[in-house]
Amino acid sequence: MNALLAADLPYWAQSLLRVLGGVVAVLLPAGTIVYLFLFKMMSFMQSRLGPMEAGPYGSMQLFAEVGKWLQKEDITPARADRVIFKIAPLVVLASTFLLVAVVPFGPDAWFTNFEAGVFYMLAVSSVSVLGILMAGWSSANKYSLLGGLRAAGQLIAYELPMVLAVIGVIIQAGTMNLQGIVLAQNGGEIFGWNGLGNPYILTQFTGFIIFMIAVQAELTQTPFDMPIAESELVSGYMTEYSGFRFLTFFIAEFATAGVFSLIASVLFLGGWGVPFAWFDWNSIDDVSDWMNVVGPLIMFTKMMGLAFVIMWVRFSYPRFREDQLQRFAWKVLIPVSLVNIMITAILKVAF
Amino acid sequence: MVAADLLVAQNVGFGIISLLMVVSALRVVTVNNVVHAALWLVVVLSGAAAQYLLLSAEFVAITQVLVYVGAVMVLFLFGTMLTRARIGAESDLNNKNWALGIPVALLMLGVMTYVIIDGFGSERLIENPGDMEPIPVQVISDDIFGPYLLPFWALSFVLLVAVIGAIVLARKD
Repeated sequence: MNALLAADLPYWAQSLLRVLGGVVAVLLPAGTIVYLFLFKMMSFMQSRLGPMEAGPYGSMQLFAEVGKWLQKEDITPARADRVIFKIAPLVVLASTFLLVAVVPFGPDAWFTNFEAGVFYMLAVSSVSVLGILMAGWSSANKYSLLGGLRAAGQLIAYELPMVLAVIGVIIQAGTMNLQGIVLAQNGGEIFGWNGLGNPYILTQFTGFIIFMIAVQAELTQTPFDMPIAESELVSGYMTEYSGFRFLTFFIAEFATAGVFSLIASVLFLGGWGVPFAWFDWNSIDDVSDWMNVVGPLIMFTKMMGLAFVIMWVRFSYPRFREDQLQRFAWKVLIPVSLVNIMITAILKVAF
Repeated sequence: MVAADLLVAQNVGFGIISLLMVVSALRVVTVNNVVHAALWLVVVLSGAAAQYLLLSAEFVAITQVLVYVGAVMVLFLFGTMLTRARIGAESDLNNKNWALGIPVALLMLGVMTYVIIDGFGSERLIENPGDMEPIPVQVISDDIFGPYLLPFWALSFVLLVAVIGAIVLARKD
C-alpha cells in the first residue's frame, strides 16, 4: 500500500489524476450538501420528512432531480443576447473549478501548489461576479438585470472583509501558501503545548467569524440572498434560465459552498493535517504517505461541518434589506477586521 | 538563435495567447455594443495575466486578475448596465475623432519598443526558459517595504485623498 502511494507517476498521469480529482472535489461536496442539508436537514427543521420515495430515505432523489433538469427544454428568450446568455453559467462554474485548484488535500495530494495561494483564491473567486452580471444583462429582463446588479454590489462589498479577515491568518502563518498555512497550524504550539497544534480558529476567532459571514454573503445564501429574492425579483439573474443551464447555476452555487468550506477549514481548522506532535513529525518530509488518503477524508469531515453551519444559518434567519446589507459590510465588518489585523500584527511582533 | 531554442512550450503558449489578445483588442474597438466591448476587454486583460504566468511572475498575474478582471471590469460593467446598456447593435458608438487614436497607438508602441530595447538590448535574463522559478512573494514585499517604501507611502496617500474626494463628492448635504 505504501509503495503504491509513493510511486512516481509520469507528468501526464499526474495531470489526468488532478483533473479527475478536481471534478470529484467539486461535484461530491455539491451533491452531498444538496441531499443532506438542502433536502433532509431543511425538511427536519420545518417538521416534515422531505423526499422519501426515491431510494431508501429518498437518497436517490438527487439523481431524479438531475435527470429531470437534463430533459427539460433549453429555452433562450427571444430578445436575449444569445451568446452571452449561454456562456454566463459556464463562467460561474469555471470560477468554482479555478477555486478548488488551489486547495491542498494532503502532503502530496494537491492540484497546484501556488506560492501565493490565498491571494489566488481571493482573485478567482471574484470571477463569478462577471458571470452573474453577464447572466443578468443578457436575459433582457428587468428582474434579471436588477438581480445581477444587486449580486455585483453585494459581492464587491463583502469581498473586502473577506480579504481583510484572511490577512490576520497570513500574518500569523508568515506565508500565503495554503500548504504552508496547514503546516504552520499543525506544527504550531499553544504556549509550549503542542497536543492540538495551533488551529487559527483559536487565535483568529474574530477573523473566522468575519470570514464565514463574508462567505455566506459571497454565496448569496440567506440572510444575504437579496440578488435572488423570490418575493421581489422572481429568481434574480437566474429567472430566464431553464434545464441544463439552470442546473449549472445550481451546481455552481452548492459546489462553491463546498469549496469555500474547504478553504475555511484550511485557513482556520488545520486543513488536512493532524497535529504533528502526535506522530513526532517535524516537517512536511516526515509526514507519512498514508496522509494522502486520510487527509482528504479529514478535509471532507471539516468541510461538512462548516457547510452545516452555512446551511443552518441559511434556514434560520430572514433576509436583510439592501441598505442594511451594505451598512453591515462597510460599517461593522470592515472596521472590525482592520482592528483585528492591527492587533494580530502587534502581537506577532511582540511574541 | 536556433529553432530548437525558439520552439519551447513557453514560446508556443506566448504566441497563441498573444494572437488571442490582439484579436480581442481589435474586437474591443470594432464591436457595436458597449457590453460586448467590455467583455472582449476582459479577454485581453486575462490574456495579459496568462502572459505574466508564463514569465513566472505569479504575484503580478494574480494581481492582474484581482484588480482588472475582478474589480475594474466589474465596476465598468456595473456602471454601463446601470445607465445605458441596450441589447443588440448600436450605431452611434464611434467618436468622430477615432482616427486620431491610430497615431497615438503607434507612438505608444514606438516608445515601449524603444524602452525595452534600450533597457535590455541583447541581454537575456535567463538562459534556459525551462528553468524559470516563480519569484517568492517575500522578495517582492521586501523590495516594496525596503528601498521603495517612500514611493509606496506617497501612492497610498494619493489613494487616500482619492477616497476622501469620492466621499465628499457623493455626499448630498
